[in-house]
Amino acid sequence: MMNIPCPFCGPRNEAEFAFGGPVKPDRPDPNMVSEEEWAAYLTQVPNPLGPVQERWWHVKGCGTWLTIWRDTRTHDIVVRPADAS
Amino acid sequence: MPHNRTETGGRIDRGQMVNFTFNGHKLQGFAGDTLASALLANGIRLTARSFKYHRPRGIVGAGIEEPSTLVELMGDDASGNRPATTVPLREGMIAKTVNCWPSPGFDLGAITQLISRFIPAGFYYKTFKWPGWHLYEPSIRKAAGLAAAPTAPPKQGHFENRFGHCDLLIAGAGPAGLMAALTAGRAGLRVMIADEGTEAGGSLLNRRLTIGDGPALDWVQGVVDELDNLPNVIHLQNATVWAYREHNYLMVNERAPDNPSLLERNWRMRAGHVICATGAIERALVFGNNDKPGVMLASAAQAYVNRYGVRLGQRAIVFTNNNSAYAVAADLAAAGITVAAIVDSRMDVPEEARSMVADIDILAGHVVTTARGRRQVRGAAIAPVDGGASQQIACDLLAHSGGWNPAVHLWSQSRGALRYDDALTSFLPDRPAQNATSIGAADGQMTLADALDRGARAAADVAGVVRPDIPKSTDLPYAVTPLWRVKQATGKAFLDIQNDVTVDDVHLALREGYDNVEHVKRYTTGGMGIDQGKTGNINIIGTVAMQQGVPLDEVGTTTFRSPYSPVSFGAIGGLREDSVVLPYRHTPVTDWNLKNGAFMYESGARWRRPGYFPQAGESFQETINRECRIVRNGVGVYDGSPLGTFEFKGRDVGRFLDHIYTNIMSTLKPRQGRYGLMLSDDGLIIDDGVALRLSEYRWIVSTSTGHADAMNSHFEELLQTQFPDWNVFVTPVTSQWNNATICGPDARDVMQALGTDIDISSDALPFMGFADGQVADIPARVVRVSFTGELSFEVNVAPRDLPALWGKIMIAGAPLGIAPIGSEANHVLRVEKGFLSLGHEVDGTIDPYDLGLGWAMSRKKPDYLGKHAVAIRRAGTSNRRELVGLLPEPDQMVPEGAPLTPGGDRKPTEGLVTACVYSTVNERWVGLALLENGQSRHDETVHVRLKDKIVVARVTPPIHYDPAGERLRS
Amino acid sequence: MHRYSAAALLRHGINRHTTWPRAWRCPPLRDSYDVIIVGAGGHGLSTAYHLAKDHGITNVAVLERGWLGGGNIARNTVTIRSNYMRDASIPFYVKSVALYEGLTKALNFNMMHSKRTMVDVVQTYPKMRELRRRQLTMDIYGSTYEQISERELRRRIPALTGGGPDARLPITGGMVHTDAGVNRHDAVAWGYARAIDAMGIEIHQQTAVESLVRGADGRIAGVQTKRGLVRAPKVAVAVSGHTTTLTETVGLKLPLRTMNLTAFVSEPVKPLVDVIVNCPDAGFYFSQSDKGEMVVGGAPDMGQSFRRDIKQHVFEDTVTAMLSLFPSFKKLKLLRQWGGHLDIAHDASPIMDQTDVPGLFITAGWWGGYKAIPAGGLTLAHLVATGKSHDLMSKFTLKRFRHLDYVMETGTTTAR
Repeated sequence: MMNIPCPFCGPRNEAEFAFGGPVKPDRPDPNMVSEEEWAAYLTQVPNPLGPVQERWWHVKGCGTWLTIWRDTRTHDIVVRPADAS
Repeated sequence: MPHNRTETGGRIDRGQMVNFTFNGHKLQGFAGDTLASALLANGIRLTARSFKYHRPRGIVGAGIEEPSTLVELMGDDASGNRPATTVPLREGMIAKTVNCWPSPGFDLGAITQLISRFIPAGFYYKTFKWPGWHLYEPSIRKAAGLAAAPTAPPKQGHFENRFGHCDLLIAGAGPAGLMAALTAGRAGLRVMIADEGTEAGGSLLNRRLTIGDGPALDWVQGVVDELDNLPNVIHLQNATVWAYREHNYLMVNERAPDNPSLLERNWRMRAGHVICATGAIERALVFGNNDKPGVMLASAAQAYVNRYGVRLGQRAIVFTNNNSAYAVAADLAAAGITVAAIVDSRMDVPEEARSMVADIDILAGHVVTTARGRRQVRGAAIAPVDGGASQQIACDLLAHSGGWNPAVHLWSQSRGALRYDDALTSFLPDRPAQNATSIGAADGQMTLADALDRGARAAADVAGVVRPDIPKSTDLPYAVTPLWRVKQATGKAFLDIQNDVTVDDVHLALREGYDNVEHVKRYTTGGMGIDQGKTGNINIIGTVAMQQGVPLDEVGTTTFRSPYSPVSFGAIGGLREDSVVLPYRHTPVTDWNLKNGAFMYESGARWRRPGYFPQAGESFQETINRECRIVRNGVGVYDGSPLGTFEFKGRDVGRFLDHIYTNIMSTLKPRQGRYGLMLSDDGLIIDDGVALRLSEYRWIVSTSTGHADAMNSHFEELLQTQFPDWNVFVTPVTSQWNNATICGPDARDVMQALGTDIDISSDALPFMGFADGQVADIPARVVRVSFTGELSFEVNVAPRDLPALWGKIMIAGAPLGIAPIGSEANHVLRVEKGFLSLGHEVDGTIDPYDLGLGWAMSRKKPDYLGKHAVAIRRAGTSNRRELVGLLPEPDQMVPEGAPLTPGGDRKPTEGLVTACVYSTVNERWVGLALLENGQSRHDETVHVRLKDKIVVARVTPPIHYDPAGERLRS
Repeated sequence: MHRYSAAALLRHGINRHTTWPRAWRCPPLRDSYDVIIVGAGGHGLSTAYHLAKDHGITNVAVLERGWLGGGNIARNTVTIRSNYMRDASIPFYVKSVALYEGLTKALNFNMMHSKRTMVDVVQTYPKMRELRRRQLTMDIYGSTYEQISERELRRRIPALTGGGPDARLPITGGMVHTDAGVNRHDAVAWGYARAIDAMGIEIHQQTAVESLVRGADGRIAGVQTKRGLVRAPKVAVAVSGHTTTLTETVGLKLPLRTMNLTAFVSEPVKPLVDVIVNCPDAGFYFSQSDKGEMVVGGAPDMGQSFRRDIKQHVFEDTVTAMLSLFPSFKKLKLLRQWGGHLDIAHDASPIMDQTDVPGLFITAGWWGGYKAIPAGGLTLAHLVATGKSHDLMSKFTLKRFRHLDYVMETGTTTAR
């Protein structure tokens, strides 16, 4: 059980949150990209062996959707890597 | 009994006799004994039989490391597979040995010893193949398994979980842990110190050492007293830190909480810092017959004479490769046991070790090759370590020490790195992975002074205070030369006593190519017993290293997994039960429903709802038919409160709804409502419902009951992460707006009878319209939606008003024969109308066009969730499954989910029945189905393939009643 | 191949088992092969087996980062079954179950296959409806599934004493899948390894593949290992959990993310439960191993994770669910727990396909892929050898994501 820092409630047990998935690139305008690019946007998510940016919903708390960087190898919550896009 | 006890000493209460029964024999021990020490004090040596060969076994250890004697406790204490060394003796306790029959003394299973030569490691992979494993499996299963399975939960008492937070969690209350707790406690940190033993002191309980000017245990008592008086310290004994998880989250299993109704408590601790003071576990030496009863770890022998006052035998041999056993020899001698010899595999025995045992023969550079004796040890064959003639020495106790392994289990669970230390010949904690420090013997500080010093320093560092002075102490320096196995061993030399894994087994595994240590473990099952190889794993690694000619760190360790020692599932579950984890949701009329005979069950999203309202003498089908007829011909009412309801406010709500609905919502005028579909961005239907525009900036959106929570997440995620600058606020109001839905051709009459200031004529309040006002003198919002296809008034009120409204509806509707309608009839009514139901017609592959809802897919809007995905999918796929009606011919029920196959043949399906109900208006069974290209196959005949027959069915439009929708608009 | 038998054990017993040959060799690594398989787990080894046996392709190297059989095949709950819902899935798993049943004989290695039946304990009406849908579709493909009453359920599983009429989720009935069984997972890995070695395929352990290598023509050219470059015109990646880590070395993005699925075992006890018990509404399943341990699987941790541990709250949910139906297990003790990582595809169905890099094949997205090992190997070998999809796997393509034409299968894990 991780200890997730909520910007409003402070560090809280993971069980209070719902996992919101890895942060995808900003949603492109579907009318400006090819079908292939659109399908890729919909189905592919970042899956790094290392820090990943992801969302959590503090559903059993204040209701905030928050974003953290977490190392998928360790569960450590880390600072945004310097080379992150 | 007294002849097996020392005259004085020990931490037993000789004034308090405890009666117990072991394998049917009535015996006595003292308060303070463990079952193991009491058995030894009764002179009982043969206490177990081994797992595979059923060899006679005794007690090997004195604590959790015990690999040999597992017992099953009976009666109120009932539990299985307990190491006898960890069972505190209790009055009236009944214990028996696991895995032997009829008794350890005469065990029929011992017959396997005769064929042991033919059943080496992994033999079962090579045989039992013909004619099939099923022939052998039952007897193999029966032979395995150790204790009997529990048959009932504990008769009384309960388990509980407790959350705890601390600045510092210390695992282990030995000298290092106590010193750390004292230092941190005095500095004011919130400290928890938890120890698996019955009392604090760790190794000091078993040894005769001094701290300061007195016995070490006096110092322990002083520290414990001081800790007890510090309000910022929680000190637990009988409490095992069994798991070290991410983010410094640790599990502590407290087995004897001071609450008589509490069996066990599991603490879920979040610690700022963790100190692992888990001590070290002595490792066995590997020589022939090293499993005979009477062959015991040296530290265990020391514990039995010092702590439990057990005189273990008359004549002992101590076999060692390190200094620590010299103190054991001295303690055995002091307890009146003749120590015939110390056999030390080292060529040079340090002077400080020799000086402890001035009167005892030391055979330096020698090893015990084999223990002798049939049912217990009678002597040992001893030979020079590098070869030569052996001699025999008689003994009835063989205490051995292969050195010490720091208990790095918790450290390793925390992902802390390990390194192999050549001087200590063991794996030691290296870099921490979390806020953790390892101290004392667990960290390789093998003398008391070093352990105390490290404990004080580590805690001072955490607390940010100056390291306090530590009391002086004396201890024998540790010096060890590795001896992973005795090469000249004859007979079986066990590496894992519990699973009967010998040196030959490991050699066989290596010979056959199972050369990774994980392969060795799995092929031989070494280290996979209940003790998880606490005394033997390192010897397996050493044996592999010797055979492969590589250093130990190249072989590596197997993974240390939680739990550190077995934990009852009861403690893990605590007070949680499914009724706590999944609490029912109720509406305010649950009591009314129950009183009026509703058959209630969960119908999604944890709502407990009435399925139907049976009347005396009715069958299930008759009840459903009656409720349907009431709605179709008169008037019924149901509680629609669980329907997801959300209030949206803000300038950008219209824009937002246009994004999440497939159709356009922003064009709705205030006081209008519209049905819509919502898709995920990859074009799957996720929900449907009605949006009502209350005013320019205020909306109510309803969702399906089952998906309300998911839709809440969906709305919030979009608003908070994608459109944070849009002016939209969403509030779930499902539980703030409850409703009674009055439906049927007579619904308007009931509304009139209730009395309302709202004009409910179809002109003033048309289908999809709504109005606020009073209904039966209750403030209400009346909405013209319909899930049944009949004229419906959804009367929304505050929850506190629903029971009153409900009662008034029943009175007002009585002359018209109103009756409550359950979810089963609702299902029938919606199927007749072809209204879609998530989970029936929508299963994650279906898009709106497939359902004939293409009209809801806006072409005007350039973008909304799912629009492009649906286009891409439809362009790339053909033969889509489309919603149709189905009329089984001849008239009969077909089960929901039944496949449609071409001709009813054993062929890939072309669709499935999604619903089939008895329609009272059609007086026949009607169904809905998803069928390949179904929209162009109306009037065709299809085949429902059942197990025992094929049912022919005619394809129709997916609407079996009032296709023009006149009734619901009436 | 040196035959294993009771007679051989007797013979070798006489000379104290000192002359058993190696189960597989340790050959030197060459610099090129016809096919490289990355990953000596279940799917990798099975693919190698079928390449050799069905297609005569033996110039193959199976490269393994750690020890063979050390991936998910070392960490799963050995449930073998075919009770799926969709036409795309059922025949594939029916074939896999059949191959498993013959594997002991085919590989001359005792897999201890125990066809002991799976019993579903159903506690909600929607779940029963879904299972009955599966039942009739499975029947088309010859997979057995029969509904039984609550009473019969309790007769078959006497330890099932919870879920009574007053329980939060009362038992409504059950389903029986007689095709289901369990076997010994290590034996599967070792049996395949021994068999492919005997046919000339090389297994190289401790040979981590660091990156894939493309040729100037864009085709796959080989792999860079920590022991050097190894060339091959065809590379099949079977590295559950790390698929994207590898494919991204050639710039290939896939609709996969890595998750951690966990399991645990109890202390060993005498035989108590003879079938695989699956409780889809409660969210757990278990079987009792021949050694006596209850082997339990439960809820997954939904977050991306390359760790192999267990989240306490997820674990507690599973334990709570188990105790609600099996209250006597309160006194049973947890012995060991662990996790394994798998990559789950966007639609949660597997992917076996050639990628956009010609010559590069992947088998991925297996969630509960243990039961798929024999058929997965059979069909991937067919694809690698012939370049054509096998009929049994024609839906599990990578192209389906381009059309967003998902294979939505429920019941992918045993529990849910």
